[in-house]
Amino acid sequence: MDALDILFTASFWVAAIRIASPLIFATMGELICERAGVLNLGIEGIMTAGAFAGWFTVYSGGDLWAGVLVAALVGAMFGLLHATLTVPLGLSQHVVGIGVTLLATSLTYFTYRLALPEVTSPPKIEPFQPLPIPGLSSIPVVGEALFTQTPLTYLAFVSVAAVAWILYRTPVGLAVRAAGENPSAVEAQGISVTGIRMGAVAVGSALMAVGGAFLTISAFNSFFFQMINGRGWICIALVVFGSWRPGKALIGAILFAAFDAYQVRLQQISGGIVPYQVFLMMPYALSILALILVARRATYPKALMIPYQKGER
Amino acid sequence: MGKVVGSAGRRIALRLQRPFSPWTGKEASPVTPLPVTDVSSNPALRLSRISKRFGPLRANDAISFDLKRGEVVALLGENGAGKTTLMNILFGHYVADEGTVEAFGKPLPPGDPRAALDAGIGMVHQHFTLADNMTVQENIALGTQSLWRMRLDRAAARRRIEQLSADFGLAVDPAATVSTLSVGERQRVEILKALYREARILILDEPTAVLTPAETDALFRTLKLLVAKGLSIIFISHKLHEVMAVSDRVLVLRSGQLVGERETGSTDRKELAALMVGQEVKPAEVSPVKLGAPLLALERVSTTPYNGAGLDKVSLTLTAGEITGLAGVAGNGQAVLAALIAGIRRPTGGSISIAGREVADWSPRAALAHGVARIPEDRHAIGSIGDMSVTENVIAERYRSPRFSRMGFLNWKAAGRFAEKLIADYDVKCPSPEARIRLLSGGNMQKLILGRALDPDPAVILASQPTRGLDVGAVAYVHRMLLEARDRGAAILLISEDLEEVLALSDRIIVMSKGRFSTPSSRGERSIRELGELMAGHSAERSDHAA
Repeated sequence: MDALDILFTASFWVAAIRIASPLIFATMGELICERAGVLNLGIEGIMTAGAFAGWFTVYSGGDLWAGVLVAALVGAMFGLLHATLTVPLGLSQHVVGIGVTLLATSLTYFTYRLALPEVTSPPKIEPFQPLPIPGLSSIPVVGEALFTQTPLTYLAFVSVAAVAWILYRTPVGLAVRAAGENPSAVEAQGISVTGIRMGAVAVGSALMAVGGAFLTISAFNSFFFQMINGRGWICIALVVFGSWRPGKALIGAILFAAFDAYQVRLQQISGGIVPYQVFLMMPYALSILALILVARRATYPKALMIPYQKGER
Repeated sequence: MGKVVGSAGRRIALRLQRPFSPWTGKEASPVTPLPVTDVSSNPALRLSRISKRFGPLRANDAISFDLKRGEVVALLGENGAGKTTLMNILFGHYVADEGTVEAFGKPLPPGDPRAALDAGIGMVHQHFTLADNMTVQENIALGTQSLWRMRLDRAAARRRIEQLSADFGLAVDPAATVSTLSVGERQRVEILKALYREARILILDEPTAVLTPAETDALFRTLKLLVAKGLSIIFISHKLHEVMAVSDRVLVLRSGQLVGERETGSTDRKELAALMVGQEVKPAEVSPVKLGAPLLALERVSTTPYNGAGLDKVSLTLTAGEITGLAGVAGNGQAVLAALIAGIRRPTGGSISIAGREVADWSPRAALAHGVARIPEDRHAIGSIGDMSVTENVIAERYRSPRFSRMGFLNWKAAGRFAEKLIADYDVKCPSPEARIRLLSGGNMQKLILGRALDPDPAVILASQPTRGLDVGAVAYVHRMLLEARDRGAAILLISEDLEEVLALSDRIIVMSKGRFSTPSSRGERSIRELGELMAGHSAERSDHAA
């Protein structure tokens, strides 16, 4: 098979969309936080916690959707922890974010060991199954790629539309965007900046956790250590790539996922001449390139990372 | 403001008359709609004994006054007199240590902007509270609809904004992004924000500080329309001619206290200036020139353009004991000349010599080492580091000197003493030397920068727009200090867009146009009109200061 032919196979695009799904959730989550003015570096840990919480709920006999819900709640909890430290207390968002990542990751592994002390190989669950959408799924290539996915992938796309709608078409979205741009504008209109920012971080973190859960209850069927593997950090770059806009960030997520799916297939046909690490590196190298090309002119929310203290001049 | 178009407009008007909490989506405590011709005797606002301290600084000291309905009250005071603090208390940004506020006879809960908004108080802040990445309409609609609605009612909001714009002469495109607007347009958006919420009391904090004269006139026309509709207005300013033009009554604040109250019709600028400053303001007295040796000389210097034109083979000699005034319309090379002398820019041709010796490696450090003191044009961007303390800022130019450091370690004791000395000598109002410098008012910050520049008794002083944005008292102070330095034998280059200032201080005046100098004229030789013609037909900047 030729390297170019890969791009026209349905299985390649099915994989790309599947790989993109957790990134889409988490990128939307990060985007909400940053639009409100809070950089959430807890994302990597929150995704880990979400991955475990979702999987463990299902493993303990819960419904798959219950798993999604529990993951979201766990994410929101870590989000509230992050927000409490960074918003009313105004601590450094970098330090708190990294702290939350370390805490959430370690707590997750610890809980895993406590809950499953005996296991050597990760136990399996019955994950979400692909749900072809009647009619649409029979379109060649596109139908298979977009409409023969699991319900959670569809939900990822719905989340993009929802985030876009909320940010641009609702009063609360206005308040979130204003809080990230000029919090005193929010305050002057009688809305609590603290309330808006904490809410945004909690909701954003819930989305990140659902992104993590996607890996364990939709893409795969078990939880293992290091499974987030830097996806959270990628999402932070994707927000920048998308210039803090949901639609552009979605394109970025799909692009990155496509590179990732592509390099796996390239490895298979390269015949071992090129070291496989080169292919592994490709999506990241291309991301950096894309960031350089696209994000240089991006205008970031002006109040991003600046704590707001009421009454301070 | 019951004017509506069609039934949709009426519906909005009705909905907006009942304020609700954006958090719960429920309507807040019922506010009886107030007819414009309300006969009850309650004033629009009543402030009773408001006090507020920041550390040891009394920003407001037992201030009481009433604002009648349909009245324009001017709140006059120097920078740092406590005007803005008072208004921030009124609007709920700060909580007063003591005292109460009543709006239309009802007490206003402290520290709650929402309650102030609901009571009909609208505030146009000096630093605009607009989100730059959003449209005009989005900024105005922010917080006016329940946060839990799933849709913004955009069409209705747009109609209402257009109606208000037309009614009050506040032309602005609702769909424009705020970042693309001029300062004047942004201010109109701020006023629209208040009107959109049916404000009945409008507070304008230094509204003209950022406006061009034409925009100021338009603002005054709008204010007249608003008063005609029954609004009450508090106009905060330190510009006397504006206060005289726009207000019915003037309240004068000084050092946090209400020191005077006058009907505008029965007072004049002179009296107000004296009340504001606490003494009569006299123009600085100028002693005869005693010329010394030439200290700094530019010889056929050229530069690349920077914030306007570049220099084109100009020569200039600054002589001890003389103030050289540089007049001109902004953008004609003043910025690069100032940067050049400060050492920030290097010439592309020509030479710079100090006391007759050519200096080859010109840099900020070389300039300082050769005794060039700098009062930069923009005290916030270049003159100070906002989030660092007063102490750190005053030693910023000289932290390497043995006085403030020993073997690479800073001598904080000496630095602190130096800061305290400057604060005392230059009468700077600031909570402590440890306070971040951005908490200081413009005038106090400028005094510190002046002190920092003048303390080492410099040979050459570069004063770039030294009084921009300052009030009467501070302007007089800066002028006096510059004249004293001149009498001590400093060579001073005064760059100013304020022609009156140049005329009052300069022993020698040069007009700058397109990167070149005019022939110099001595004090009193050329009239304002002649200088204006030299400035290439452009009229001189109008002076903001009355005294």
